[in-house]
Amino acid sequence: MASSSSFLAPSSTSILHSKKDVGLSALTSTSSISSQRCQKTGFRRICCSVAAPQQSQRQPSTTGSVKTAMTMTEKILARASEKPYLTPGDNVWVNVDILMTHDVCGPGSIGIFKREFGEDAKVWDREKLVIIPDHYIFTSDERANRNVDILRDFCQEQNIKYFYDIKDLSNFKANPDYKGVCHVALAQEGHCRPGEVLLGTDSHTCTAGAFGQFATGIGNTDAGFVLGTGKLLLKVPPTLRFVMDGEMPSYLLAKDLILQIIGEITMAGATYKAMEFVGTTVESLNMEERMTLCNMVVEAGGKNGVVPADSTTYKYLEDKTSVPYQPVYSDQQARFLSEYRFDVSKLEPLVAKPHSPDNRALARECKDVKIDRVYIGSCTGGKTEDFMAAAKVFLASGKKVKVPTFLVPATQKVWMDLYSIPVPGAGGKTCSQIFEEAGCDTPASPSCGACLGGPKDTYARLNEPQVCVSTTNRNFPGRMGHKEGQIYLASPYTAAASALTGYVTDPREFLQ
Amino acid sequence: MAFTTTTPQNLTTFTTSSHKPKLPFSPSHSLTFPTHPNQTLTSRAISTAISTSTRIHSLFTPRATSSPSSSTTAAETTFHGLCYVVGDNIDTDQIIPAEYLTLVPSKPDEYEKLGTYALIGLPSSYATRFVEPGESKTKYTVVIAGANFGCGSSREHAPVALGASGAAAVVAESYARIFFRNSVATGEVYPLESEGRLCEECRTGDVVTIELKESKLINHTTGKEYALKSIGDAGPVIEAGGIFAYARKTGMIPSH
Repeated sequence: MASSSSFLAPSSTSILHSKKDVGLSALTSTSSISSQRCQKTGFRRICCSVAAPQQSQRQPSTTGSVKTAMTMTEKILARASEKPYLTPGDNVWVNVDILMTHDVCGPGSIGIFKREFGEDAKVWDREKLVIIPDHYIFTSDERANRNVDILRDFCQEQNIKYFYDIKDLSNFKANPDYKGVCHVALAQEGHCRPGEVLLGTDSHTCTAGAFGQFATGIGNTDAGFVLGTGKLLLKVPPTLRFVMDGEMPSYLLAKDLILQIIGEITMAGATYKAMEFVGTTVESLNMEERMTLCNMVVEAGGKNGVVPADSTTYKYLEDKTSVPYQPVYSDQQARFLSEYRFDVSKLEPLVAKPHSPDNRALARECKDVKIDRVYIGSCTGGKTEDFMAAAKVFLASGKKVKVPTFLVPATQKVWMDLYSIPVPGAGGKTCSQIFEEAGCDTPASPSCGACLGGPKDTYARLNEPQVCVSTTNRNFPGRMGHKEGQIYLASPYTAAASALTGYVTDPREFLQ
Repeated sequence: MAFTTTTPQNLTTFTTSSHKPKLPFSPSHSLTFPTHPNQTLTSRAISTAISTSTRIHSLFTPRATSSPSSSTTAAETTFHGLCYVVGDNIDTDQIIPAEYLTLVPSKPDEYEKLGTYALIGLPSSYATRFVEPGESKTKYTVVIAGANFGCGSSREHAPVALGASGAAAVVAESYARIFFRNSVATGEVYPLESEGRLCEECRTGDVVTIELKESKLINHTTGKEYALKSIGDAGPVIEAGGIFAYARKTGMIPSH
């Protein structure tokens, strides 16, 4: 297979610094320059909290140099399809760098692979498939357990390099290979790299876009196809650009930013589109916060999310991967379908009320909503940074939670961090100590847990019609179990604050 | 790796018809089906794979076979029967709740079980159930929906459950992309798009006919006709039984 890493789009440079500067200078331009640029290229600038924007007309290019300008997403797909230039709408065969699957969709994908390519067929590349059991692990459900066995058998048969197996369900720590939530594990194990194409049999595969790569979710049939061929036919999406500038207030987290955006453009606002996140605020986010941002792109219908790679990205990857990678950046002349601008200093903590991720409301306006429980976990809100954030609120309060507060670390590594990393300003206390003092439940075995309900014996599953504030990603009817359950999606700050009062609570009650 | 494709000029992929659904494999161009160098696609293995695929295809055809009031023509261009109406943003958790995802769609008996649970996640405000408790198939041929049908998860179990239940088609105002793509790739249900909000025009239990070739839906109960957006080139893919079956049927996969 031709190596895609050596390919360069004509109008881009591979030298890190200059590309970064070009990318940044476009972002930090003053508003007068921006509006000049807006008039020239014809795309529409929308500021936050104003009425929903209309889609702009794309102007035909008039010069050769403008013709080859591409967005990040277009460039990644161009390189992966070995084409010099792509525009949105093009359908291309893309070389897949990583395919991920888990216990829920893996068996079905394997079934299709064997059916279509033959019982004795071998996967296209034993090192590019990453199999991560994470959804229904700590359960007595026989089929769920069997599905992990199916993955194991396949990995043994195919000699798959990356299989994060679990056998002893009674003690996750007895399984050295087991990681937990796939999207967090992919990042922690160094499988996410700038410029690459990562596909996964899970809608939140878009999380990996935080690393400046093209990452999206696919179904079993498409995955079966990739297993056999290492390629997939993809349509190039147009890009919506979200520019977030300003210093991140101390009471806001990336979850608030993405809830703001989803509330702005609605649940289908980004259908078939890429969402590109830039701006000084985005640059100030650490990798886990960027992951949270990209994670919920699918909740707006988005195909993929991207954050340009920078020193934060490289530093994160330093000790995690030795595979060479080549970041790409949107050209200055690249055309975007729409651009949204947010002054982050004006934003406030948000929730998504039942039963839709775009049912946005200010947390402080929901302060009369009595809650029954709080859930902190999942790929969206169960990473180390998410727990550190929750711990910060508990520390600031010094009081105990008023409702059952469930903590489900996403991976083994996150679990270990909770017990080892001192929380800043806590006099050496770790997250776990702070959680214990606040009366939270003991951090549970790492997995997807109750984010999506799961088998009836899943820890923290909503088995009654209760009100739950959750750091997860969806709140459709029945999402966490009971159809009449009321789920308020929130940031870890807001979730912790709500746990302390027993009502939906703006974290400024404790953080200011 | 010995992967060779001659990528056809007009090769397109399936999306909702607001973006015009098109054929992923263009029959007029030659496309060598990719093979892995370590995989020996002997003629025996290929014919076994094809016959297996055909056998499974006959289990998975998206026809409403069990309902006495529904029928399809041999050409699969007409669907007739009762319709079941749902609203906007019906997400995959409502189509097939997560607790049933332990069922593996590629296993025939578990495939059938998935059909039993189709749309079981709809809230209790839907007094009429899509599949009656105790039944294994639905009596509805067509699901009529509002906007953004199938949003949420990438789980292929969603279109599979609908197809396994016996439904032939969904007619929605719009679709979420992964659900649409999965419907075409599996060939389980036709993801048709209406012009306008049929979910407000029709009621559960209305008798409808979908004329696929003419892209229209007739509601016999109300006597009204509605235009549908053309399924375009995604149609033959679904009719063949999904992307792999289509590739074999049209000779995209070399048979010997």
